[in-house]
Amino acid sequence: MNKIWLIIQREYLTRVKKKSFIIMTILGPLLMATVIIAPVFIASWGDEVKTVGIVDDSGFFKTAFKDNKHLTFKELHLDVSDAKRDREKLGCDIILYIPEPAYIYPKTIFLFSDKSIGLSNKSYIKNALNSDLRELRLRKAGVSPEVIESAKTSINIKDITLSESGSEKERISELEYALGIVLGVLIYFFIFLFGTQVMRGVIEEKTSRIIEVIISSVKPFQLMMGKIVGIALVGLTQFTLWVVLTGGIVFAMQGVFSNEVEQIKTQQMIQTGKVMDPSSSVNIDRSFDKTTVVFEALMSINYTALILSFLFYFLFGYLIYAALFASIGSAVDNDADTQQFVLPVTVPLIISIASLQFIANNPDGPASFWLSIIPFTSPVAMMVRIPFGVPWWQVALSMSLLVLGFLATTAFAAKIYRVGILMYGKKPTYKELWKWLRYKG
Amino acid sequence: MDILIAENVTKTYANHRALDKVSINVPEGSIYGLLGPNGAGKTTLIRIINQITGPDSGKVILNGEPLQAKHTSMIGYLPEERGLYKKMNVGDQAIYLSQLKGLSKSESKKRLKYWFEKFEIDSWWNRKVEELSKGMQQKIQFIVTILHEPKLLIFDEPFSGFDPINTEILKAEILKLKENGSTVIFSTHNMGSVEEICDHIALINNSKKILDGNMLDIKRSHRTNIFEIDYEPFNKSITDFLPDEFKVMAREDYGLGKRARVKMKDDSQTNQLLNLLMKNSRIIKFQEVIPSMNEIFIQKVRNENQNIR
Repeated sequence: MNKIWLIIQREYLTRVKKKSFIIMTILGPLLMATVIIAPVFIASWGDEVKTVGIVDDSGFFKTAFKDNKHLTFKELHLDVSDAKRDREKLGCDIILYIPEPAYIYPKTIFLFSDKSIGLSNKSYIKNALNSDLRELRLRKAGVSPEVIESAKTSINIKDITLSESGSEKERISELEYALGIVLGVLIYFFIFLFGTQVMRGVIEEKTSRIIEVIISSVKPFQLMMGKIVGIALVGLTQFTLWVVLTGGIVFAMQGVFSNEVEQIKTQQMIQTGKVMDPSSSVNIDRSFDKTTVVFEALMSINYTALILSFLFYFLFGYLIYAALFASIGSAVDNDADTQQFVLPVTVPLIISIASLQFIANNPDGPASFWLSIIPFTSPVAMMVRIPFGVPWWQVALSMSLLVLGFLATTAFAAKIYRVGILMYGKKPTYKELWKWLRYKG
Repeated sequence: MDILIAENVTKTYANHRALDKVSINVPEGSIYGLLGPNGAGKTTLIRIINQITGPDSGKVILNGEPLQAKHTSMIGYLPEERGLYKKMNVGDQAIYLSQLKGLSKSESKKRLKYWFEKFEIDSWWNRKVEELSKGMQQKIQFIVTILHEPKLLIFDEPFSGFDPINTEILKAEILKLKENGSTVIFSTHNMGSVEEICDHIALINNSKKILDGNMLDIKRSHRTNIFEIDYEPFNKSITDFLPDEFKVMAREDYGLGKRARVKMKDDSQTNQLLNLLMKNSRIIKFQEVIPSMNEIFIQKVRNENQNIR
């Protein structure tokens, strides 16, 4: 036991002291924080307002365009060619030209500008035109303005979870969906990243030939488990540092940009207010403030359960694969030879990551159920399902099978490992690996 | 007392028998040579003693007890294929490896300091192993092997990769270890390197032990009763003045006189032969031809291999 502890220490310390670990630990959170902060940043700076001059020869769309954050509209009573020529003098960045229609309504309109106006601006203009046109046609068809107005209303779906105790909780599937996918992907990366580290570590010991000295002091199994546990601790350390540092950076940046953030919030509030124009809302009993709902949904998630199950699948997902990666490392002499063996081992992982979206879309379907029960796919699959809520017996079954799977693969891998670490020369075939399995001590 | 006894140790890999009922007795405080050609099974036997692998049948007794996990700290092992973690500090690595053998960190540091000063390599402490030459690495491995003062030391082809100067240093250290009560097992196919320091040997060929025992006994038992004689005959030639029971095997002119090889029936005739020579010639040299370990080795292995065919 004491010796395993020594091995764990060495595996952990040599990796944590490495430059690459320190760089990754700093770069990771910076990157993640940037991803989180960047939109706020961009929103606070990139508010360029463009003026659109409208030349409407059709005369239909006088009221179609409402100013938004990025665009202000201005009606020009000019010939289009004059407008194009004098656009700078007129203070317009863009000239919107609606020609006189050949038939009743215009089919094509033109935008003139020296710079690209951006996709969102273009679609804003298009939508404004289309909805105006639709209204125009309906009115022409004799539909009353009240009917047209009421037809615009969209329905909000409120998704309520009924718990066994009878309490009701509103939830947002999008949030569960995103959470599930993020957690699943995280586990996938963790297994891959640190599983291959185990493999490299074994190859290093083998090629440097230190292995024989070490296993004359400790059992091969102790060495393998020490390495696996040591690297697991490296992974947990890195993950914890990432979470803490990312949180810290985001928090600090928020302090710095708090003004901008406030501005954006008020802006958003004004906009939602506009959408919530009472005249257009029918049958919405509560004010639909999205941020509040997201917040409530976030609070409604059972974090203790989520974090605990994440840690469990994070750890055992890694463990069930780590021993297999170790046995691959033991069977070959260099990194290049690993491919042939890595692929079959990681097929279940790849299957589970490929069916990520499918599981998130049908968290309770039979395929999702089986994927989250079978040990090799369950770490990723179950983690996707958990934010949606999974019956406890399924979680219990999946967890116990995963632990059993870990014990089984480790026993299996240790047999190959034990023989493989002392074998040099040509790359073994599967047939030879099979023979190794049956060697005695 | 024998510190190590192996009895009928057999080990088979898939379809290759690496050891076939091999038994050896290693007396405590001896330097024991485990000899044999490449692929004979020496390394397999050593790995079994180190509990790296287990025998299919047979048993190994160390220090009076059947081999068990706690024994690893009693053994110091320098494998033939040796290496260190390339990216690790020399000092940290040496401490780590001796901790695995059961030394405490402070004790290991203290002893390392002594050895590093002795070999004048203190300045390497903080260097990475990959910065050192192969010879330097070997020195560190040697220190790590003996640091926990094991009762039994096993060196597999210890001198391969050492230059002659370091080989001498190493030999001297090994003899000192023996004086301090350690038992040393040498495994090698290079007879010359062990002849001068081994007390006992075992010869392994084709997974079987074909010879073992005290080195002097073995040499004695391989006496051929052949004498090499340099002489100047007075008037009769050697074939004439020696009776038929002395067989003259070879004769040639050599320097001022002649050289002959004479075979006797047994060693009781030595003085008789000398008497006859004294009467009939001026003797320059009279020496028994004792086969070197190398010759015994080659002869034995050849015989065995012929028997197999």
